[in-house]
Amino acid sequence: MILLWLILWLLSGGLLAWLLSRWRAVWARWVSLFFTATYLASLVVIWILSPEAEEAGPGSWLIDLNLSWIPNLGINLHLALDGLGLLLLLLVGVLGVMTVATSWTGAQERTGFFHFNLLWILAALAGVFMAMDLVLFYLFWEMMLIPLYFLIGIWGYENRVYATLKFFIFTQAGGLLMLLSILGLYFAHGNNTGVYTFDYFQLLGNTVPLATAIWLMLGFFVAFAVKLPAVPVHTWLPDAHTQAPTAGSVDLAGLVLKAGAYGLLRFLVPLFPEAAGRIAPAAMILGVIGILYGAFQAYGQTDLKRMVAYTSVSHMGFVLLGVFAWNPLALQGAVVVMIAHGISTGALFILAGDIQERIHSRDLERMGGLWSTMPRMGAVGLLFALASLGLPGLGNFVGEFLVLLGAFQANVPIAVLATLAFVVSAVYSLAMIQRVFFGPNREGWDLPDASPREMGIWVVMVVLIVVLGLYPRPVLDTARPALEALQEYAAAGEHVEVEVGEASWLGSTAHGSWDTAVDGVDGGRP
Amino acid sequence: MLLDYVWLIPLFPLAGVLINAFLGRWLPRRLVAAIASLAIVASFAMAAVLFFQMLGLPAEAEGGGAGRQRIVPIFSWIVSGDFVVEANILLDPLSIVMALVVTGVSALIHIYSAGYMAGEEYHNRYFTWLNLFVFMMLILVLGDSFLTMYVGWEGVGLCSYLLIGYWFERESAANAAKKAFLVNRVGDFGLALGIMLIFATFGSVAFGQVLPAAASIPAGTATAIALLLFLGAAGKSAQIPLHVWLPDAMEGPTPVSALIHAATMVTAGVYMVARTHALFEVSLSALNWVMWIGALTAFLAATVALVQKDIKRVLAYSTISQLGYMFLALGAGAYAAAIFHLATHAFFKGLLFLGAGSVMHALSGELDIFKMGELRKKLPWTFRTFLIGVLALSGVPFFSGFFSKEAILSGAFEGGAIVPWLLGLVTAGLTAFYAFRVLFVAFYGKSRLDKKVERHVHESPWVMIVPMALLAVLAFAGGYIGLPRVLGIGSAVEEFLAPVFADSTLVHTAGEATLEWLLIGLSVVAVAAGILAAWWIYVRNWGLAGRLTQSARRLYDLAFAGYHADRAYMEAIVQPLRMLGEGLAGAVEQRSIDRAVNGVGELVGLAGEGLRRLQTGLVRNYALAMFLGVVAILAYFVLRGVLSW
Repeated sequence: MILLWLILWLLSGGLLAWLLSRWRAVWARWVSLFFTATYLASLVVIWILSPEAEEAGPGSWLIDLNLSWIPNLGINLHLALDGLGLLLLLLVGVLGVMTVATSWTGAQERTGFFHFNLLWILAALAGVFMAMDLVLFYLFWEMMLIPLYFLIGIWGYENRVYATLKFFIFTQAGGLLMLLSILGLYFAHGNNTGVYTFDYFQLLGNTVPLATAIWLMLGFFVAFAVKLPAVPVHTWLPDAHTQAPTAGSVDLAGLVLKAGAYGLLRFLVPLFPEAAGRIAPAAMILGVIGILYGAFQAYGQTDLKRMVAYTSVSHMGFVLLGVFAWNPLALQGAVVVMIAHGISTGALFILAGDIQERIHSRDLERMGGLWSTMPRMGAVGLLFALASLGLPGLGNFVGEFLVLLGAFQANVPIAVLATLAFVVSAVYSLAMIQRVFFGPNREGWDLPDASPREMGIWVVMVVLIVVLGLYPRPVLDTARPALEALQEYAAAGEHVEVEVGEASWLGSTAHGSWDTAVDGVDGGRP
Repeated sequence: MLLDYVWLIPLFPLAGVLINAFLGRWLPRRLVAAIASLAIVASFAMAAVLFFQMLGLPAEAEGGGAGRQRIVPIFSWIVSGDFVVEANILLDPLSIVMALVVTGVSALIHIYSAGYMAGEEYHNRYFTWLNLFVFMMLILVLGDSFLTMYVGWEGVGLCSYLLIGYWFERESAANAAKKAFLVNRVGDFGLALGIMLIFATFGSVAFGQVLPAAASIPAGTATAIALLLFLGAAGKSAQIPLHVWLPDAMEGPTPVSALIHAATMVTAGVYMVARTHALFEVSLSALNWVMWIGALTAFLAATVALVQKDIKRVLAYSTISQLGYMFLALGAGAYAAAIFHLATHAFFKGLLFLGAGSVMHALSGELDIFKMGELRKKLPWTFRTFLIGVLALSGVPFFSGFFSKEAILSGAFEGGAIVPWLLGLVTAGLTAFYAFRVLFVAFYGKSRLDKKVERHVHESPWVMIVPMALLAVLAFAGGYIGLPRVLGIGSAVEEFLAPVFADSTLVHTAGEATLEWLLIGLSVVAVAAGILAAWWIYVRNWGLAGRLTQSARRLYDLAFAGYHADRAYMEAIVQPLRMLGEGLAGAVEQRSIDRAVNGVGELVGLAGEGLRRLQTGLVRNYALAMFLGVVAILAYFVLRGVLSW
C-alpha cells in the first residue's frame, strides 16, 4: 500500500496547500515543503531498507501492489517499484523539495494554486514511474501535463501563451499516438490469447506479429521521443523552458523529460523487443544527432534559459543512444545520465532563475563579469557548467562515459560521433560561463550574492552531483537488478516471437507456445 | 609499510584546497599563502620520504617481493558489470619521480607566488586553484588506471583554464583560457576514444591488466589505440598541430605559466606515453609518429622563438620546442631520457619563467625585451639566476640541460633516427641562440626602459628570490643524476627508472666511445655557434638584427606569426563551425521545424472555437477540454473493445 500512499500523500499535500493558502499564503509554502520532504524521507527509508543488489536476484521487485479496478476490461490499479523506479522517485523527491525551496520568494500571486500544481506534477510523475498497468500509466502520463500547463500558462513569462500551445500540441499528439498503441496492443494481444489485459507483466512477451508490433512500437516511440525530447520533435522544449517559471523549468528538465526516457526503458523495448531492435540503429543515430545538434543550438543562443534548454536536448541524446545500444553498460549509463542531468540541469535552471530575479533579464548580452559581484553564484555556476561538459569527478561524466562505452560495443562509428560531445559540450559550457560570469561587468551590475536559502539549495545540489561523480556505486547497484530484469524481459520476448514463428510453421497454436515460453521466464515477475 | 601511506601525498594539497576555498575569505592574506605553500611542502616531504624508502627496496621483483612497485587501494569508483574502475594509487619509480618533480617545483612556485601575488585582490582564489592543480596533477601521475589518469588529466586542464583566466575581467584572458580548454578537449576526444578502445580490447582500463597484455593484441588495434592516446598527449603537451593554445596561455599570472605551462602540466603527455610505452611499442608506426611530431615540433617552435619580442612568448615557444625533444626521445625508445629531460626542463624552464616574472614585477608588467636592457645591474639576483637558467636551457656543458639533451640526442642517433637526430641537433643551436638573445637584449646593453618605469625598478623581495635561487641550484646540478654513459659511471636516473622500462623491446646498445664523444662534440659546437651568433648580433653589432630582419622580411613575419597557425584554425575550422551553428539556429530551427509546428498550431487554432478562446488566455478551460477529449477517446476505444469482446 505504501506506493499508493506515496501518490496520495503528494496529492493531498497539494490540496492542503491550496486550501490553507486562503488564510495565509506562506502556509502553502510550508505545507508543500513538509509534504515533499516527508515524501523524500520515506523514499530514502525504502532505499535503505531495500535488499542489497547481491541478495536480490534479477527482477526482484521491491514492492508490488495490484488492486483490481475495472476487472472486466482488464484494468488494474497495479503499482510496482524496482530499482529504476526507486531512483527516479528519489529524484522526484529531491527536485520536489528544491522547487519548493527555489520558489520561496516567487509566485506571489495565487501562491496556493501554484503549490497545488507543483505537488500534483510530482504526484503524477510518481505515478508514471510506478504504474504497471498501461491505462494507469497513460492516465498519470496525461495527468502530469495539466498542472505543468497551468504552471507555465499562469506564472510564465512574456510569451507563455505561445509556449503552452506548442507544448500542448507536441505532447498531446504524442500522447494520443501512445494511447492508440496501448489500445492496439490490448486488442492484438487479446485476439491472440483471449486474455484482454492492460497489465504490463502479462503483456510482456506478447506474441504480436512483427509487422503490427512495429506500428504499435512507433506510437510509443513518438510519445517518448517528444518527451525526451529527441530531434526533430524537440522544439517545444526551448520555448516551454524559457517561458516557464523556475520551478516549472526544473520539473520539466529534471523530471518530465525523464518520463520519456523511462518509457523507453520500461515499456518500449521490453514490450516490443524485436521491433525496437529494427529501429535501434536509427534511434541511436537520432540520439547522436540530438547530442550534437543540441550542443550547436545551445552555443548559438542569447537567452540563458534557452541555452540551458538546448543543453538538455544534447544530454538526453545520450539517454536515447544508451537505451538503444541496449547493453548493460549503456543502460546503466543512461540511468546515471538521467539522474545527473536532473540534478545538473535543474541546478542550472535554478541559477538562471536566480539571475533573472536579480537583473530581470535572461539576455546573455546584458550579463558578463557577474563573478566579481556574485562570487558564490559564479563558483556554483562554474561547477554545474563543468558537470555539463562532462568533467570527471562529477555525475554527468560517469553516465555519459558508460553510455559511450556501451555504444562503442554496439556500434563504433556512432560512438565515435557521440564522443565529439566532449568537444562541443565544452564549447557551449565555457561560452555560458564566459558570457555570464567572465569578462568585464559592462552593465555595472552590483548584485546581492546567494542568500542563505539559495546557498542551502546549492549545497544540496553540489553535494549530490559530486557524490554521484565520485561514488556512483549506490546508484549503479540499485539500478542493476532492475535493468537486468528489463533485459531479460526483452530477451524473452524476442525468444517468444521467434518460437511462435517456428511453432505456427509447425502447425501448433500460437497460444500454447506463448504459455510455455512465459513459464520459462516468469520467475522474477510478481 | 610507509609506502602504503602514499595517499598522504595528494591529501595535503586537497586539504589546502578545502581550507582556502571555504575559509580563505576570512583568513589573513599571508596565512592563505602560507597554508597553500605548507600543504605542498608537506606533500613534497612525503614524496621524498617515500623515494628514499623505495631506494632501500630491491629494484627487481624477485622472491615474491613486489620490488619497488606498490598498488595502494583507495576505493572502488565505478563498478558496472565488467567495467570496474578502482581508484588506486600506483607507486613505482616512474610515478615517484613525477611526484617529486611536481611537488618540488610546485612548492617553490607556491612560495614565490606568495610574493608575486601579494597585491592581488582574489588572493585566496588563486591559491585554492593552485593547490587544486597540484592535487589533480598528483592524481594524474599516481593513478593506476587510464580512467583515474583521465580524471587528473581533465582536472589539470580545468585548473589551467581557471588560472589562465584568473584575471577573468580581461577579455583576452577569458578567451585564452577558453581556447586552451577547447584545444585540449580536441586532444581529450582522442584520449577518451583510446580508453574506450582499450576497454573494448582488453576488458579493463587498469594499467596492471592492460600494459602486460599489450604485446598480444593485433598491430592494427595497437596503432589505433596508440595514436588516439597520442592525440591526447599532443593536446596536453602542445605538440603540432595542437600547440596553438600554449602561447596564448601566457595571459595567466607568470607563476602559473612557470608551474602549469612549463614545468608540470604540459609534461603530462610525455608521462602518459612513457607510462603506456608497452602499447606504443606494439606498433612501430605509432612510435614513428611520436618521434617525427616531436622532432618537427622541436624544430619549428624553436624557429618561432627566435623572433618573438615578448619574453613570455619566447619562453612559451621554447617550452613547446623542449617538449618536442621529449617526444622525440619517446619515439626513439629512449624513455628514461625523456623523463630525465622532463625533470631538468621543469627546473630550468620553471626558473626562467620565475625570472621573467621577477622582471615583470620590477618593470610594472613590461614584457617586451626590446624595452628592457641593462637589467643585469638593476636586478642582480634575477640576473644571476636567469643566467643559470639560460645556460641550462642552451645545453652548455656541465649544466643540467646539457646532460638531458645529450641523452636524448644520443638515444635518437643510436636508435637509428638520423634525420630526427639532425633536427634535434640544429634545434640545439637555435635554442642557444634564442636563449642568449633574451639574455643579451634584456639584461645587457643600454637601458631602453620607459622613464616612468625606470624610476620604480626594484629587485624582487626575498620570498621570490629564494625559490629562484633554489631552482637555479637544481637547474645547474640536476643534470648530474644522468651522466652520459660514455663516462662509465652510469646514469642514476636511468638505472632507477629501469624496472619501469624493463619490458621495452627497443634495446639501445651504447655506441662506441669515440662515436659518443663525437656526438657530444657536435652538439657542443652547435650550442657554441648559437651563443656566438646571438652575441655577434645583439651585443657586438647592435642594430644588425634590424637589418637582418629587413632583408628577410617575409620569413621573419611568417615566423613571428607562428606560421599563421592561429589564422589557419580560425579560417578552416572555427569560422565554418560558427556559420554552421548560426545556420542551424536560423534555417533549420526557426524556418523549417518551427514553421511547420506553428503551421500546425494555426491549423488547430482555426479548427475550433475552444482554441481561439485559449489564445485569449483561458488556458485552464482549454486544458480541461483536452483532458475530457482524451477521456472521451479512451472511453470510445474501451467501449468498442467491450462490444467486440
